[in-house]
Amino acid sequence: MDNDIFQGYKGAALEILKKYQVRVWGQTRVETTRGTFTGTVLPRSENDDDKHIVVKIATGYNIGIDVFTIQTMKETGYKKAVYKIPEKEFPTTPGLPKVKLFGTGGTIASRLDYRTGAVIPAFSPGELYGAVPELADICNLETEKVFAVFSENMGPKQYIALAKAIGKEIEKGVDGIVIGHGTDTLHHTGAALTFMCQNLPVPVVLVGSQRSSDRPSSDAALNLMHAMKAAGQSDIAEVMVCMFGPTSDKYGLLHKGTRVRKMHSSYRSTFRTIGDTPLAMISREEITPIKEEYNQRRNDKDVKILPYFSDKVTMLYYYPGMNADVLDALVDKGYKGVIIVGTGLGHVNKELYPAIERAHAKGVHLFMTLQTIWGYVQMFVYDTGRDMMAKGIIPAGNMLPEVAWVKLSWILGQTEDPEEVKRMMLTPVNDEITHREPYNGYLVYQGGVPEVEDFVKKVYK
Amino acid sequence: MKLNPKKNLEESRKKAGYIPRKKATQKDYDRIGFMSGLEVHQQLLTKEKLFCHCPAGIFNKSEDYDAQLVRHMRPTLSELGEYDGTALMEFRTRKEIIYRIKNRTACTYEVDDTPPFPMNREALEIALEISLLSKLNVVGEVHITRKQYLDGSIPTGFQRTAILGVEGELELPHKKIRLIQLSIEEDSCREISDIGHTRIYKTDRLGMPLIETVTYPDCANPDELRETCDYIRFLNRSTGKVRTGMGAGRQDVNVSCRGGSRVEIKGVAHTKWIPELSHNEAFRQWSLLLLKDELLKRINHVSDWKITHQPIKKSILKDVDLPEHAEVLVAVNLPGFQGALSWFTQPGKMFADEITDRLKVIACIEKPNMLHSEELEPVVSEKQWAEIRNKLSSGENDAQIIITGTEDDIQTALETIEERCKMALEGIPEETRKSLPDGTTIFERVLPGADRMYPDTDSAPIPLDDAYIESLSHNLPEDMIERYRKLKAWNIPEDTYAYIFSKNHFPIIERIINELGIDSVFAGTFFGHTLKFAEGHYKVSPDFTYKMIYGMFGYLKKKEIHPLIAVNMLPELLEHPKMDFDSILSGLKFKKMKAEAIVDKVPVLLEKFNQSKTGSEPGDRTNWVMGQLRNMALGNMDLTVLSKKIG
Repeated sequence: MDNDIFQGYKGAALEILKKYQVRVWGQTRVETTRGTFTGTVLPRSENDDDKHIVVKIATGYNIGIDVFTIQTMKETGYKKAVYKIPEKEFPTTPGLPKVKLFGTGGTIASRLDYRTGAVIPAFSPGELYGAVPELADICNLETEKVFAVFSENMGPKQYIALAKAIGKEIEKGVDGIVIGHGTDTLHHTGAALTFMCQNLPVPVVLVGSQRSSDRPSSDAALNLMHAMKAAGQSDIAEVMVCMFGPTSDKYGLLHKGTRVRKMHSSYRSTFRTIGDTPLAMISREEITPIKEEYNQRRNDKDVKILPYFSDKVTMLYYYPGMNADVLDALVDKGYKGVIIVGTGLGHVNKELYPAIERAHAKGVHLFMTLQTIWGYVQMFVYDTGRDMMAKGIIPAGNMLPEVAWVKLSWILGQTEDPEEVKRMMLTPVNDEITHREPYNGYLVYQGGVPEVEDFVKKVYK
Repeated sequence: MKLNPKKNLEESRKKAGYIPRKKATQKDYDRIGFMSGLEVHQQLLTKEKLFCHCPAGIFNKSEDYDAQLVRHMRPTLSELGEYDGTALMEFRTRKEIIYRIKNRTACTYEVDDTPPFPMNREALEIALEISLLSKLNVVGEVHITRKQYLDGSIPTGFQRTAILGVEGELELPHKKIRLIQLSIEEDSCREISDIGHTRIYKTDRLGMPLIETVTYPDCANPDELRETCDYIRFLNRSTGKVRTGMGAGRQDVNVSCRGGSRVEIKGVAHTKWIPELSHNEAFRQWSLLLLKDELLKRINHVSDWKITHQPIKKSILKDVDLPEHAEVLVAVNLPGFQGALSWFTQPGKMFADEITDRLKVIACIEKPNMLHSEELEPVVSEKQWAEIRNKLSSGENDAQIIITGTEDDIQTALETIEERCKMALEGIPEETRKSLPDGTTIFERVLPGADRMYPDTDSAPIPLDDAYIESLSHNLPEDMIERYRKLKAWNIPEDTYAYIFSKNHFPIIERIINELGIDSVFAGTFFGHTLKFAEGHYKVSPDFTYKMIYGMFGYLKKKEIHPLIAVNMLPELLEHPKMDFDSILSGLKFKKMKAEAIVDKVPVLLEKFNQSKTGSEPGDRTNWVMGQLRNMALGNMDLTVLSKKIG
């Protein structure tokens, strides 16, 4: 009961509220050594200190009052605020594609959480329609909250639950699937679903937002519109990530789930296809294909759901001077697969060799990926590379490190036979290894260079 | 019965009792219940911006930018779960906002691609000092709040702002003004243009630290309002830690009349414009209230009141010059509104202007965006109107508008017209208005309320403990009212105060008087008259600082030279501040002499005057002799003493 009345308050602040019998959402007049303050007591975030009481004053601002300055306070009224996105029934329009939206948490739709002071997800077709009514012009929407976790808490269990849910929806005859997802691990999930849901007849689009939807300049609304359009109307039946192209509200990009990576901690245009071009550009008006080849939409329901995942795979990010005991420790702890993220073309120092040999001898599956992110592992160029291959490390082409981790986990969930593991790892499901890198697959421009500045000035960033 | 719009305008103006400000007295303001308060914005003098490490105070020209980006704003809920009216209005405008970014003055924070860094402590400290000077109750913990702005003036769609103090009081010479609050906030973008559905901003000013001091509506007339505003600005400047110059201080003026509504005149850059603007606004509201009474005599069911409309062919308006953007014409009938459109609102304006202004802002149709049946210089003939009225089945008490716009904007335009007319039946819409140089205002936005506040989940609260506040209070300049009283006690003439306070010269003047023993009236007028004049007439070197004036008087004292010569030294000091005082004096051909030696020359000169008889007026003699001795005496003795000796 205390928790409800004094939401988030503890220690000295809680004592004061109890002493003067002022509740959260109570209107109060506080006499302090710094003068009088009046307003409504708000809940306090659990992580904040116990020395202040938060009050919303008449002008709408919040202030904190130092409890040690309080001489007396009095509750003069009570009015609890209900923060609720207005719900409107999502209209059904004959002729529009049927899209299913899976909610997993994240910032695509969110509201304030006093417990942490951060934003928490809010989600229902009605709420979404209330916030982004334009969605009703794109598709007929159904939603289902599969679970609610923050992006960083997504993991194998969630991948499997999602894969199964996708299978069920396809069985029911949906035209496309959108998954709302926090952005931090969007690309891990993109890879996992690519491996777990093969031979897709319809698009599966992962979408998030870099600015939560409680902000007027949020990218959530536009990302959602783009994702719904991609799911309902595009011909690309693959697992894709749909996020902003530039930071401007201009167009989105559809990235392959296996080639995409979050490249900036906070930019809107953070997701980039690595080592290739994105699949397509998407705006509210049109979908403009970039890649000519892709898996096309079909009318059947012949999806293959392969919901496997081993939790015995880890990644080892190499640094100069790394001691062999690091790898030994992982092996001792029972890890069956290690994705090494090496330097340059795929290297680690000689001190690790004995540990690599020991790991290999114990049947641990070792694959080499790159810290450079872009480019191919090439272990023939230098002797060290050849040495390592001889000791059992298998180069993973231009597979992204995170994707390699997901894929090896998925494979070890099915087999531990070394030859089969190697065959599966090196046989692409959907371009996680590509056979060629186009010249425009690596474009990281440098600011300050005149021709780049010229380009940036002319094109909306 | 045909309406004569000119006559109607004149009659409605008389009804409102509008008089020019110069002729208005307190009685006139009491009659209409003039009520007004201020929101005074002041940029703080910091090296960096408030929430990022970009330099503050560096500005670039509109055409000078490195990159552009585009955003659209969507309304979001406030903390209390409400949508704000302004937000919804801005959403209806479907504006595309373009930001022009210059690398030097903006980083990824300004364009909302990086979360905020911790608040600039230098800025917070200055703002707290001003809060203490303003006798505000300082909060125990600073909570950063997001205040929604959907006009795009801030790329996030909200301004990060925080209250530092509430419930303060300013003591003016003749009145006390109560303060509601003081906040610290980030400054917004500067608008480059706003045409149709595209608005362009530059981001140089964006994010600079700013404080906003909000008063209660305690001002009873326009002059009091200006005095209050000056006072707050002077108080801010008394710290010596705020920016000065164009745009560094701006104020929003809140005005209402009895029965009216709070209307906010935004971004008034000069306090001297305040009286005219507030005067006109109070009368605009007063006149609109009379219009309401007039309309309610004819219109019984306000909630049922509706416009009707019909598209019309351009051929109907043969020979009428239509604007280029007039793709479509829609005739609108306003039942019972005859005489309303030409109803007086402000000097040179009438109710029809209220509608055309909103059509520009909300429906984004550039002006001219409408024609109407009560134009003072009609362009549509009576015959053409007759045809249109016929098409609309208008009654004889109705008024008509023709929207000249683009197809896409017509729906919003119709809603806007109906909305504004309905408001005329209810009272005065709460809005923000933009000031024009002639002292009138135009509609800018719907007035935002408390529903646009949201806690900033990206920032932690900042505690302000007693020890810290206590330490700040030891370094404060004295109260403005104390300074005012001191100037009075020193007999310094009041016409110098505004200049002295606005430039924060008080501390130097006080030192010159107290430490150097210079006569206070001379010291005050030296700044308030001599320096003020010299700054306007000589080219002031960027190396010049006001501290040099103290240095000059100190030098004169040390050399035992009479300080009056400083008047002649000043232009030289302003233009060549690096020159030493000895050189300045030799440039003035000053020679040190004893006062007696100068006085000794008087009899000879008097004799000379008497012989040549160059004047007959009383005083001519003294003046002539003074003229002969002035340069010699300057710096060597008190000229009034010399004058007396001449007799």
